[in-house]
Amino acid sequence: MAPRVGVVLFPGTNCEYDALHAVERLGGTAELVWHGTASVSGCDALVLPGGFAHGDYLRPGAIARFSPVMDAVAAFAADGGPVVGICNGFQVLTEAGLLPGALQKNRGLRFVCATTVVRVERDDTALTTGVPVGTELAIPINHFEGNYTCDAATLAELRAEDRIVLRYVDNPNGSVDDIAGVCNAGRNVVGLMPHPERASDPLLGSEDGVVLLEALLRTAAAPTPVG
Amino acid sequence: MADTRQFSVQVEVLLRDGIADPQGATIERALPALGLDGVTSVRAGKSFRFDLTAATESDAVAQATVVADRLLANPVIEESQVTVRPAGATA
Repeated sequence: MAPRVGVVLFPGTNCEYDALHAVERLGGTAELVWHGTASVSGCDALVLPGGFAHGDYLRPGAIARFSPVMDAVAAFAADGGPVVGICNGFQVLTEAGLLPGALQKNRGLRFVCATTVVRVERDDTALTTGVPVGTELAIPINHFEGNYTCDAATLAELRAEDRIVLRYVDNPNGSVDDIAGVCNAGRNVVGLMPHPERASDPLLGSEDGVVLLEALLRTAAAPTPVG
Repeated sequence: MADTRQFSVQVEVLLRDGIADPQGATIERALPALGLDGVTSVRAGKSFRFDLTAATESDAVAQATVVADRLLANPVIEESQVTVRPAGATA
């Protein structure tokens, strides 16, 4: 059966249909999960898409983390379920404590909307399983707060545990260690600033995001959790 | 109700030392245009004010600290300073 991907919709999310379309184009089943719902039952994977959840008031993700659905997302993640946060979704996952670090305003205080090249650093996470390490992918970014930061101890831990999943080839936003995406210790929760769903169709100018979304669908279809 | 009091709270949130503050730096770079070249260490942050009801001042500080630490500031990059005062004389 096609894996069922829940796409979490907060007020102010704006990439949910892109994610839905991309998943369904690759043979998955996708459904929107409203943030006020306290359950994600029936989902094999969750995507927290991009946008401006709760208007990005206070800080991106700061209010979203209190949405009722987030307890269910945390429980799903704790059970090993694959969870991917894209852009604003990544910010929500860091605010919720499901991923370490924080996303600060970009270096130079510039909003960046451009295609970037990212290198796959790990092939054993929910979003990159089976994707050869070193693969370079052209994927758009579109953010003001994408400058990944964390304290020195956390960075050392991320490196030692091989939890840096994607790195920018040419750092666009000042992220520490060129980090574009990280995962949790269980490797089933991944956050990234680039938008693979916006590089999933020839019409969009790049299909480089497809390998990542296909990896997510493979993870979702697997009988046992990653890691 | 007899044993509760009103407090006014101010929470100031600033980026932690060592975290780049491009906004503060940009403001600082603009100051020479005002003819002021002795202003240094500019830091940009946020300020929040709210009222709360609590039995004691220490309870008010404890509640305000929860608000500051769990919502208003992201401890990964920010630190907060909480100031609690009894509400105005009419309270």
